[in-house]
Amino acid sequence: MATTPFIKKTLGLETAEPAVTPPPHNNAEKVLKKPKLAGGRKRDIPEGLWNKCPKCSTLLYDKDLDANRKVCIRCGYHFPISARERINSLVETCSFEEMDANMTSVDALQFTGVTSYSNKLESYQKSTGLKDAVITGIGRLADYRLALGVMDFSFLGGSMGSVVGEKLTRLIEAATDKGLPLVIISTSGGARMYEGMFSLMQMAKTSGALAYHARKKLPYVSVLTHPTTAGVMASYASLGDLIIAEPGAMIGFAGPRVIKDTTQAELPPGFQTAEFLLDHGLIDMIVPRNEMKAVLCNVLDYLGVDRKRLAALG
Amino acid sequence: MRHQLDFEKPIIELRRKLDELKKHPDAHALGLNLEVEIEQIEKRLEETRCQVYSELTAWQRVQIARHPKRPFVLDYIRGAFTGFVELHGDRLFADDRAMVGGFAQLNGHRVMVIGTQKGRDTKENILRNFGSAHPEGYRKALRLMRLADKFGLPIITLIDTAGAYPGIGAEERHIAEAIAVNLREMMLLEVPIIAAVVGEGGSGGALGIGVADRVLILENAYYSVISPEGCASILWKDRAATAKAAEALKITAKELKAFGLVDAVVPEPLGGAHNDPADAVALLKVQLLIHLDELQKLSSGDRLRMRYQKFRAFGLFQENNAPGSEVAQPEAAPTPAQPA
Repeated sequence: MATTPFIKKTLGLETAEPAVTPPPHNNAEKVLKKPKLAGGRKRDIPEGLWNKCPKCSTLLYDKDLDANRKVCIRCGYHFPISARERINSLVETCSFEEMDANMTSVDALQFTGVTSYSNKLESYQKSTGLKDAVITGIGRLADYRLALGVMDFSFLGGSMGSVVGEKLTRLIEAATDKGLPLVIISTSGGARMYEGMFSLMQMAKTSGALAYHARKKLPYVSVLTHPTTAGVMASYASLGDLIIAEPGAMIGFAGPRVIKDTTQAELPPGFQTAEFLLDHGLIDMIVPRNEMKAVLCNVLDYLGVDRKRLAALG
Repeated sequence: MRHQLDFEKPIIELRRKLDELKKHPDAHALGLNLEVEIEQIEKRLEETRCQVYSELTAWQRVQIARHPKRPFVLDYIRGAFTGFVELHGDRLFADDRAMVGGFAQLNGHRVMVIGTQKGRDTKENILRNFGSAHPEGYRKALRLMRLADKFGLPIITLIDTAGAYPGIGAEERHIAEAIAVNLREMMLLEVPIIAAVVGEGGSGGALGIGVADRVLILENAYYSVISPEGCASILWKDRAATAKAAEALKITAKELKAFGLVDAVVPEPLGGAHNDPADAVALLKVQLLIHLDELQKLSSGDRLRMRYQKFRAFGLFQENNAPGSEVAQPEAAPTPAQPA
């Protein structure tokens, strides 16, 4: 129902996903065409077949896996999930108004690497159907109207360049202006090398915008998913009033290989996992993907969000 | 010879010749007049110096920025400032010696000066952790900055670090969070802030004390999102591509100024700060004073607004609203002004 008017032209690889949220998961199978993993994970496997869980080796039927939001039914392993699927799993049907959907990166440095940055962008845009590594917009989660930013690891490793920084900054500013709570779901390898110092400066830009959001005593919940590292972790992802992580997510500043090379030390077991960081006091709680929406609703209640007022606004 | 850089070889060779001529033992005894030769070589030396140093590649500048004889942060603090009162500790875990800071005077202005400190020898480098701070360093810096904010002292940060330390303890105590909090909090400090990259500006570790009203960079310093070595090994899968990566990342002072990512380039003595540290210190001092004077003329509200807008504008992207119409929009789109 909700899908047709909003179908984007994609590249024949997959059915376009709606810009506006389809119904939530429980009746998703009846209404939705099967969403696909945005990345290349499944491309070699024929459609509609089986996925092997990398953790428990259970064979999982595609549809079952999708219905369970890409969480292994047996062991709870969290498969990667695209930004669109994640948005669909959180916000109410048709409530998501996407912002800056057409913003794209430019090759500011004329980066001359092994391949050019422009080629790289083009090939990722084709393979993922995304314009860049984040989708932002304003939507409704149960009764809460909120500003929501969701990153997608399949686009250049979720790296943050000017577009990710700008879209998130506009989102944060919109939340500040409209007095909305903010949720950012991160997954990123860090700042995008191809944009050099422009990428690094997105850390200051987004964090600065959060300073003004916080000053208005508006809530910000940062959700960390596998993996969230480096420049993103060292900016907005670490700045939530609450920091929530998905189970098993790898979270950190430096990569484990770099740490090993630098320190010549054995890394402790479970190093840089969500569980390790819970033990070390960084994150407030670990929440499985299937409970994320309920937990977000519950905590927003405590963060000064007036349910009725927001419902009236929405 | 100690710490000579490849591209400086012709200069060093000429210098050696010059010294030989000047000290030639027979010159006086035999009454030989070598003045003409000396003059010629001196001229050639000057020309070679000008030529070599005016055409430095990005990678050569990185080597100068990392030169072990280059003045380090404490050299600038002791040279350009007076009465440095060092303050220690983050009140949470430890005192990070890779991050130094304290009260000092700059031509009579009472300020808070903070910076990352490298070591000159092995012993000092162990103490200073090669200039790479742990979370404690960033938290100590923030503590001192808040102290400065409370008592109205302008903040000057001096940056010279390869990056924040990638270690087990650093991760266990959340170095990413420490940096992130600094980025957020520095945006709201009401006192003037000047940051100067004096050597290496290594990524998040540099930015962690680099959110400022004015960001200055020394002529041969660099400021980069990733080390050229790291970029080479990730993108080229080859450490030998380091020079190429340095070029591609556009990390030199001149390039950053052209992009508007830094506010001013501080000149260095010919051949780099290591050739004349005292002069380098003096040149930085002049710039710090100019910018401090300008910033003190502004109200704190204006400073905060301008600081926000400055970082807000960083970014290059395009917005194609109609497919096919590729309108480049270099600077950020209109944004609601943030109340200070």
